[in-house]
Amino acid sequence: MSDPAQIIVNDVCHHYRPAVGREVLALENVSLNVREREFLALLGPSGCGKSTLLYLIGGFLPIETGRILVDGKPVAGPGPDRGIVFQNFALFPWKTVRRNVLYGLERQALPRRERETRAQAFIDLVGLTGFEDSYPSQLSGGMKQRVAIARTLAFEPRMLLMDEPFGALDAQTRSLMQGELLAIWEKTRKTVIFVTHDVHEAVYLAERVAVMTARPGRIKTVVDTRFDKAGPEVHRSKMFVDKVEEVWNLVRDEAVKALEKKPP
Amino acid sequence: MNDVPASKMSFTPGVLIRYSPLLILALAWETASRLHLVSSLALPPLTDVAQAWIELIQSGELVSNGLSSLYRAGAGLALAIIAGGALGIFMAVSRPVNTALGPLVELFYPMPKSALIPVTVLWLGFGDGSKILLIFLGCMLPVTIGAYNGARGSDQHLIWSARSMGADRLRMIFDVVVPSALPELLNGIRTALALSFILLVSSELIVARQGFGYLIGYLGANGSYEAMFAVVLTVAFIGFLADRIYQTIVERALRWRT
Repeated sequence: MSDPAQIIVNDVCHHYRPAVGREVLALENVSLNVREREFLALLGPSGCGKSTLLYLIGGFLPIETGRILVDGKPVAGPGPDRGIVFQNFALFPWKTVRRNVLYGLERQALPRRERETRAQAFIDLVGLTGFEDSYPSQLSGGMKQRVAIARTLAFEPRMLLMDEPFGALDAQTRSLMQGELLAIWEKTRKTVIFVTHDVHEAVYLAERVAVMTARPGRIKTVVDTRFDKAGPEVHRSKMFVDKVEEVWNLVRDEAVKALEKKPP
Repeated sequence: MNDVPASKMSFTPGVLIRYSPLLILALAWETASRLHLVSSLALPPLTDVAQAWIELIQSGELVSNGLSSLYRAGAGLALAIIAGGALGIFMAVSRPVNTALGPLVELFYPMPKSALIPVTVLWLGFGDGSKILLIFLGCMLPVTIGAYNGARGSDQHLIWSARSMGADRLRMIFDVVVPSALPELLNGIRTALALSFILLVSSELIVARQGFGYLIGYLGANGSYEAMFAVVLTVAFIGFLADRIYQTIVERALRWRT
């Protein structure tokens, strides 16, 4: 608990400005601290602005009001200290698996041999050995997301921003990928912000779960979800079931509100 | 699934069957002309046309005029691809450029470019320059529009991914926007390729001292109809061949899509 915050979000507001129609307040006075090496889940109903908050931290959207500090410096654009993984994988479709993973490394001053060794190591890490020369269109959804994760890990960002990374995968693949992500995180110990609307996923993966309100998004509360998650039976343990129940109760009201606010 | 892709074509029975309508047409042509079903002035027998073609090759006329035409079409098209592609990409990534040039593109695009034939002659005279300028102007906008539409379809998340991996804006445009634009850009170039032949021949027919179009007009005016048909068929065949070669290149370039 005494770790200094690596990411500080302070009183941030953000508006959506659709091409037609009036602007909508998406985030309202959001404040949040994320510690170094922490796994934090951002949980909330759809449309609550959790992805927007992630994009603001990533430096992809301009900050209107409030401040976001990363390692003590205000965010002024994207940077390789913050790697991002999207739900739709966002791979270069015209690059092979190897070239995709090499992309971030090619932007760094590394000798060619070193880059290739590193890329191969991360391809191996995510279990895609043998698929180096495949194009993304030849891979399944789960494999594509493995490539995206390898590509992001390969240039060694200190923080991982994950935007519903398993949302497009089927239930079995998602469950497998969650286990793999946890194993990778334990190995690399990067700071992770993981956006999801899945309560089980948030409780299983994260050390803390920040629950957001329906639009306009605010941080409703932050729940500590650290407990022993080892073993295949964790999903049925009392601790897990109780935590899910606790978090679900917090989210349910917001999900209902979000549903009522949905335009017809 | 038994369809033979264009790039894999070789002289197999499949190809023979595929192009058999052409063979039938050629036979019908020859027969109709030989039996005087049509006037041999309007449609000289194909064998006579072939004879005239060989003579045109031997005299060197077809080659020298052909090279002149291919140079004009190639130069005009190359300029159109470079300028048109760059313009389309810039319009897609820069709002000011789009605001400034968008209306001009919209206005100029539907204009029949053959109307510019006298204008380019007025500016650059009877030689290569006016043809190259005409083809450049005529072929640029289909490329621009292809590049623009393709670039606009770039995945926002992929743009962000590249930026977060350390690509600056210019790098990102080359690594994400240009390849994203490629499929539609290549479609635009195919349209431009066909247009370049049309503009080439029509401008040479009207004002030129060399080229396929000039040769067609000259031979026609002198009543050498066999030779005239030989040049027309040559132009048609070169157009077909250029399109085929282009399709093969496109298939290679877009291999990642399958």
